[in-house]
Amino acid sequence: MLLLILRESLNKPLQRLCSNSNAFKSLQLYLSDVNWKLLFYKCCKLRSLCITASLIPLFWIIIDILFDNLGGNPIQALHIRLGDWSMRFLWVTLAITPIQKITRWPGMSNYRQLFGLYAFFYASLHVLSYIWIDHALVWPMIVTDVAESSYIWFGVFAYIIILLLAITSPKSAKKRMGKAWKKLHRFIYPAAIAVIIHYFWQLKGNLLEPVFYAILIFILLAFRVAVWYKNRQLSRLMIPKGREIED
Amino acid sequence: MIIKTKKTIASSEITDPHLFKQRREIIKALLASAVSGSSISSAFAAREPDWKGLPKVDVLSKTEIPTPIKLVKNYTNYYEFTLNKEDSSHLAQSLKIDPWSVEISGEVENPLTLQLDDLLKPQTLQEYVYRLRCVEGWSMVVPWVGFPLASLLKRVKPLSTAKFVKFTSAHQPEAMHNTMLEWPYVEGLRIDEAVHPLTILAVGMYGETLPKQNGAPLRLVVPWKYGFKSIKAIVKIELLKNAPITTWNKYAGNEYGFYANVNPKVPHPRWSQNSERQIGSRFFTARRQTELFNGYGEQVASLYRDMDLVHFF
Repeated sequence: MLLLILRESLNKPLQRLCSNSNAFKSLQLYLSDVNWKLLFYKCCKLRSLCITASLIPLFWIIIDILFDNLGGNPIQALHIRLGDWSMRFLWVTLAITPIQKITRWPGMSNYRQLFGLYAFFYASLHVLSYIWIDHALVWPMIVTDVAESSYIWFGVFAYIIILLLAITSPKSAKKRMGKAWKKLHRFIYPAAIAVIIHYFWQLKGNLLEPVFYAILIFILLAFRVAVWYKNRQLSRLMIPKGREIED
Repeated sequence: MIIKTKKTIASSEITDPHLFKQRREIIKALLASAVSGSSISSAFAAREPDWKGLPKVDVLSKTEIPTPIKLVKNYTNYYEFTLNKEDSSHLAQSLKIDPWSVEISGEVENPLTLQLDDLLKPQTLQEYVYRLRCVEGWSMVVPWVGFPLASLLKRVKPLSTAKFVKFTSAHQPEAMHNTMLEWPYVEGLRIDEAVHPLTILAVGMYGETLPKQNGAPLRLVVPWKYGFKSIKAIVKIELLKNAPITTWNKYAGNEYGFYANVNPKVPHPRWSQNSERQIGSRFFTARRQTELFNGYGEQVASLYRDMDLVHFF
């Protein structure tokens, strides 16, 4: 879908870009030729499409509840599915920056926010289903369960971070927080690691699925490390130059 | 042998009359085929009609309503076949259980290898309504059809050197495709646990033949221990001088102990054992408070009188 839109709005100018030899002129032509209006329009549509599509898992779960399709332990099945979807949306959120860097498409940070908020939405349902549907708000039992289940600690840690990120997600909050905003939102990385531990830590032996998600998150985080490393190399190259001038 | 019957459960509570009717049809068909000269002849076909009104052994402190049979049949851990509790109900159907023989050997005077029919012949079957508590944190109440393990062990005359009992499951690689654990599955009990009147071998549940996914044709049921101790599809019972190395204990010794007694005060290293989800309960229903020895403390606590249950988990 995304690719299709990209191709549609960028293809024509790109062709011209290739055929023209004067780089500066072609760039000018390229920029003037991009159908910005169409691109914006399509993106708006894409955005609402993403908003609706992200609700499909929820409706799917509701239908499965209504048709008693959740198997022998529906409470656990519901709980696991909400958790799975929260994790998937978190992974998608973390995939936005690498995709943006690779495709150099600037309009994607909005999607990062959108999917991030969906990750928060499903995580909240996951927590709510644990407290209310599974434990029926019996607090002493919940407290004991959380205190004695180390795998839940990782889940709680991840949820607190995601909650803070969701609260500070509006643009106004971003403006008010200044540099602290970026610092806080970097906590999404430890949250993601906590999520994958939370997943692994509760299983008896069926590790195939968590391994799949662990590989995905490893790739997504490795991308950040690679970028950080590259930037460090660049800045290192620049330090000796500065010293030479001092000398 | 009736241990303690506070209140018997009406059979209507246990089995849907509709199922009984169905079963009668099957029995009729089996008998008809036997008459017509086909070779179908199993202990079950002959015994099953008697399983309806079996005397009940109900030691739970309060009368428990059995979990709906459909759920018990479709929610089973059978790692030889799959890690998914709902796939095992169809995958386990490829297990071959006819003919079936069980070897009983080791520290005994009279080692035996018995065909299932011969093994069952001298036993008096009874119904045992037990709670099954899984180490994963869920439980169900199952009316098993079986007999005390002790009365089988008597036949082989254990020597005084027999301190432990090792059980081995069938291993049929052509049907069992999951290789997460080392097969065959092995479990074990201390001899006093094995001969305890609550420890039974089951051949049926809900008045029916045991379904394959639930451990057919012969399984152990030790109600005060986590479910993984109650080994399925038993082919070998050995009496030993020393404790056997059991499958889950070998896989993760710090997580699955040899004793595996249900104990809300001893959490699994990664999760709490304080409460359990009762299979069949509705949304927004509280979890059940797990009881020490799964509620069978009155009968079995004396077995562990001077033991540190945290150390010997």
